[in-house]
Amino acid sequence: MTDVSDRQKLSYIAAQAADARVNLEIESEGMTLNLGPQHPATHGTLRIIARLDGEQVIKADPVMGYMHRGYEKLTEVRSYPQVTALVNRIDWLGSFANEVPFILAAEKLMEVEAPPRAQWIRTILFEMSRIANVVLFLGDMAVQVGAVTPVFFAFRDREHILNQMEAVTGGRFHPNFDRIGGLKDDLPKGWVDETQQVMKKMRRFCDEIETLVMGNEIFQARTRGIGIIPADVGLSYGLSGANIRGSGVDYDLRRDNPCGLVHDQIDWKVWTHPDGDSFSRFWVRLQEVRESTLMVDQLLSDIPAGPIMAKVPKIIKVPAGEAYVETENPLGAMGYYVVSKGDLVPFRVKIRSASFSNVSITPWLLQGVYVPDIITILGSLYFILGDIDR
Amino acid sequence: MSSADSSTDTTEEAPVAETDEAREALLARLSDELGDALVGSHLVAGDDLWIRIARDSWLESARLLRTDLGFAYFSFLSAIDWMPSPYGRSMESQVDLSLEDAASADPEPTEQGVAGGDTRFQILARVNDVSSHLGITLKADVPDDDLSISSWIDVYPGVNWHERECWEMFGIEFSGHSNLEHLYLPGAFEGHPMRKDYPLLARHVKPWPGIVDVEAMPDDGDGEGES
Repeated sequence: MTDVSDRQKLSYIAAQAADARVNLEIESEGMTLNLGPQHPATHGTLRIIARLDGEQVIKADPVMGYMHRGYEKLTEVRSYPQVTALVNRIDWLGSFANEVPFILAAEKLMEVEAPPRAQWIRTILFEMSRIANVVLFLGDMAVQVGAVTPVFFAFRDREHILNQMEAVTGGRFHPNFDRIGGLKDDLPKGWVDETQQVMKKMRRFCDEIETLVMGNEIFQARTRGIGIIPADVGLSYGLSGANIRGSGVDYDLRRDNPCGLVHDQIDWKVWTHPDGDSFSRFWVRLQEVRESTLMVDQLLSDIPAGPIMAKVPKIIKVPAGEAYVETENPLGAMGYYVVSKGDLVPFRVKIRSASFSNVSITPWLLQGVYVPDIITILGSLYFILGDIDR
Repeated sequence: MSSADSSTDTTEEAPVAETDEAREALLARLSDELGDALVGSHLVAGDDLWIRIARDSWLESARLLRTDLGFAYFSFLSAIDWMPSPYGRSMESQVDLSLEDAASADPEPTEQGVAGGDTRFQILARVNDVSSHLGITLKADVPDDDLSISSWIDVYPGVNWHERECWEMFGIEFSGHSNLEHLYLPGAFEGHPMRKDYPLLARHVKPWPGIVDVEAMPDDGDGEGES
């Protein structure tokens, strides 16, 4: 036992010495490496200017704005029902989830509550958006470490979810289905059974990814202990979603601040992982997708009957006031601070998007990492550029 | 499900508002610690809490919230321009073509929202406590003749980009922020797009056809009636 550890020690020292030599040889003024403007997993366009010393990052500066669409300004000239069409495009992989907090904020100001059936279906679609969104991450993350196959599995199985979304909403990517006071339509016939089948398929996908990717030695070597975010640092940067739960913070808005969705009426579990590295963020997301499929199953078996729209005026004027509603979206906490002056249009909408805060930690996080790790760390933070730039 | 009377314009909570001990205790603690610096507050029981801080105590209140009161989670920071837009919704493109006319028209009176306010610009920020699940929205008035406030960057490092965004969009300086550079806009961009007196130029270049969507129906009065 001691023999082995001695040998390990020696080889470690030798490796360190070799490293030191290499570092000495290439010590230089440093070099600037420009990554992008393209996200390595093409979730939009982000540019990172990395100042390197050898293979190590001294300073990393993300440059955004390539996709800034000015939604906060645009909401000031759009009527409330029109805003959902805009915000669909913030996180385009989980579009329906973007609509929910805005609609909930408007409902809060109007003191309208959606009927139970609408709340229920909203929650189902909300969780399905999460699955559609995060499934792609699970495939993508493997691409970051050089395994191309899982992403095809992800695209294959995400299609099932998108088909179900399309069956209800008519839109594969941009449902624009949520309304103040309820939903646009009821579920089509036979949808519940089909969706239950799809949830089984998604659980099979999770098992596949678990065996294909998570147990993989290369994957573990590339993600374990890399990109560690301590909980308090993560919190002060406003990290949310699986990024903060991957650092061991037990905080999930679905459980801790259930405003208008029915997560508090079903059994489920918040997953956390204490390590805070790239691997734990991946692990948490995988568990969450599986948990979401179980949540959808529970919700499907118990949809209350009744109307899907509350009684709201045809022309929606929102009473003066201010409301902030935040929900646990696929990428993290997404909130809308809505200021109304009793008009047809919002006076001011501040969109708190998850990825903006999630990415703001990168200058801190990338300091001192090696170039190949930039890719896996960015991949594991999982952001969508539409969600950063708004 | 009392949606039929949703046209009421009261912003107060329903009369059945429960008492909210956690938020009331928090507000009491804050007013103890901050004293006169706590200029205004607004509490909706069981829902949310707003406080308005004197500008000079902006940084101090962040320290208090983070270190003593456990609000470790920084959610967002932004600003509100309370001036009513001189351009309205930029719907009548023909009228709005002359931007100068619109800008010089008599402005409507400026009204601030919850927790009050005295200035055109207000800073808006939100922090959360992840163990008690409480959130609190902070506001601070920023006077027109000195659009600056101290930066939170030493307390919540995550405020960095939020302050940069706020600086370029509203033109509010954050003293103590070492790197106020453009975040979204190109470097040579002039003006502060999120200010209300900055026109949404796309609307002036091309008329907006969407107005038909929200015009009142002929038999619908002013749209306040039930459907």
